[in-house]
Amino acid sequence: MIGTLATGFGFWNPLMWIIVIVVAIFFSWLLWKLGETNYEGNIWQTAPYLSGNDEPEKEAIHIRAGNMYWGFTKALSVYYDHLIPLHSGIVSDYISWFLIGVVVLFMVVILV
Amino acid sequence: MIANYSFVAVALLIGISFAIILLKRNMIKMIMGLGILEGAVNLFLVSLGYRENGIAPIFTSAPADMTMVMPTVQALTLTNIVIGVATTALMLVFVMFIHKKYGTINANEIRRLRE
Amino acid sequence: MNAELFFTNLPALLIAMPLFGAFLTPIFGRFLPKIRDAWVILISFATSVVAQLLAAQVYINGYVMYVFGAAPGTSAIPIDSGGIPLRILFNIDAFGAFMLVSTAIVSFAVILHLTISQQKRSSLSEFYALYLLLVAGIFGMVSTGDMFNFFVFLEINSISASALIAYHRNGALAAEGALKYLIVNTVGGLMILFAIGLLYSQYNSLNMAIISQNISLTTLNLLTLVLFIAGLATKAGIVPFHLTTPDAYSVAPSGVTTLMIVASQAGLYGMFRILFSVYGGVFTSVIVGWIVIILGVLSMFIGVTMAIPQKDIKRLLSYHAISQTGYMLLGVGVALAVLGDVTLIDSFGNMAMKGGLFHIINHAMYKGLLFLTVGAVIYRTGVWDLNKMGGLGHKMKWTMIFFLIGALAIAGIPPFNGFASKLMIYESTFAFNPIIAIIAMVVSILTLASFMKVFHSVFMGPELLEYASVREVPRRMLASMAILAMFVIAFGFVPDLVVDMLITPVAESLFNQGQYIHSILGGGL
Repeated sequence: MIGTLATGFGFWNPLMWIIVIVVAIFFSWLLWKLGETNYEGNIWQTAPYLSGNDEPEKEAIHIRAGNMYWGFTKALSVYYDHLIPLHSGIVSDYISWFLIGVVVLFMVVILV
Repeated sequence: MIANYSFVAVALLIGISFAIILLKRNMIKMIMGLGILEGAVNLFLVSLGYRENGIAPIFTSAPADMTMVMPTVQALTLTNIVIGVATTALMLVFVMFIHKKYGTINANEIRRLRE
Repeated sequence: MNAELFFTNLPALLIAMPLFGAFLTPIFGRFLPKIRDAWVILISFATSVVAQLLAAQVYINGYVMYVFGAAPGTSAIPIDSGGIPLRILFNIDAFGAFMLVSTAIVSFAVILHLTISQQKRSSLSEFYALYLLLVAGIFGMVSTGDMFNFFVFLEINSISASALIAYHRNGALAAEGALKYLIVNTVGGLMILFAIGLLYSQYNSLNMAIISQNISLTTLNLLTLVLFIAGLATKAGIVPFHLTTPDAYSVAPSGVTTLMIVASQAGLYGMFRILFSVYGGVFTSVIVGWIVIILGVLSMFIGVTMAIPQKDIKRLLSYHAISQTGYMLLGVGVALAVLGDVTLIDSFGNMAMKGGLFHIINHAMYKGLLFLTVGAVIYRTGVWDLNKMGGLGHKMKWTMIFFLIGALAIAGIPPFNGFASKLMIYESTFAFNPIIAIIAMVVSILTLASFMKVFHSVFMGPELLEYASVREVPRRMLASMAILAMFVIAFGFVPDLVVDMLITPVAESLFNQGQYIHSILGGGL
């Protein structure tokens, strides 16, 4: 049923990946089995230790999307500072990009 | 020879329409520019079908040895006019809504969707 | 009903069915509003079935040529016409059939979603009518063998798409997105019409086969080619013609955005059709292939880097759609660059082509799935801003699972379908030019990173107070996602079968320009 896809230089068979996943699940199940069976949960031992401060409410510690990858955009700010203003939202700019695209493509096609 | 003048007109009209679209800030005027562009393309299509001394392709009691005009381009132009009316009407409706909510039809200020 | 009559007239039904349904929907809405939704779903299902049957017919016979208004068996070229096909004709080869398959699947899933998500909005009959018109426009674009017909369907596509975007407007934001989309696409469409006029003036025909038989690589024809590429790239959302795409996709109802993915792929179809079937025989240098590759790489890279800082969830997905379109261009562009060199085509060109084409249907499935899941989230929460979301996985388990499937597929994680097509593109592109293959892989990694952010900030985290009343979406909506998820998984598990049965005939028909010409000029149905 599950066949091999030849890609010209190599091949890909989803079966291998399924076997890997099954094996990984099996090992994680083994690890889980090794745990204590008489754990009761929700006792003082499981509470996080925050230098003696109270644990904040769960809603307060959700990491929101704005906190992610700001370092990435910051590091590439030279690139982003040039790229983002191009998406200006003004229709005339969009049309002029269309014209620029046509002219550049035509030049390339003619001259090269 | 006289047939070629229409192509000059087409080029001029396309230039004018792009100038209007790029330089005017008023959305209504930009849509008018699009209308001119559409007119230019229609003119181009119609002038392609022009044959000197051609007659309409109606075979009933047509004189023999007559140049007949292929009616394809007229059909194309007619279709494009209809499409153009629909497009223009729809764009004007959008501008109307935008004016109602934003209070402006200046292209530079209609940019809440950006980046 | 006479079965043979039905099967010979499938191409006409393909357009007639959605149009018939579209114009009857307002009547149903007026007099029998209770069964209107059922009617729309029924007609959409029937249209999909017709499309699938037609596609099956094409895959069995090689091509289907249908001359409108002529008795069956009439030749495409009347004897007294001087070698010019006068009638409008549909010429569906394997590529068209392939697009029909993906459109049929996605459009049916979309209507299941829309009938729930738009339930509470006003004037739904006309909304559904526009939806069916858009479907008819897509079907027409991928089946026609006539340039002007293609333009008409392209405009039907643009007009109904922009009307759908703004139909249930969200302040005036939706109208703004639709206006920009329509203006830019109208300019693109008029440039395409201008190019069609240029071709007509030289070859006195609008038929693609006649044009491709006679075409030569003059300066005028190069201008025509550039206008076609630019106009269709605007439709397909390819950098630098992509600027309206995120504006339009992000404000449309999610179901509509899903359908617009397929609509934009119809633009891509037109581009490949022009490049291979019309111009394919006359390219002497690799420059056009390289142009397509460069456009693809630009789309991939700029698309994904613009997606990373986005805060609006649908805008983020729209930039990813641009980025994924780049992969298709890359695969097909590599094939175009080596067109005419048999050894190179055999060694990697063929594989690149298959990878790019496989990616088209994969993209329709997983990006459709992602937009539908996001639509489900928006349907329940009413929030578009990623920064305001969180913890929805506790309440919307199935939606979360479907989103995860889509996200893994788009990032190219095995065993989902995105991996299979991306692997084919990487390996063949690496043989062509290693640097491009590396860029493609980096883009894939960035895609994964971006979707980790979305998945985390929408579904993970503690339950938030403001979403305490959120529930799982209705079953019909889940069904729409399940349909697409099923295809994502199935295509991932049997990629060899899909490539052999669906993709290889397409690649062959695109490489073999003579076959396309023969299918029209060689006789009637």
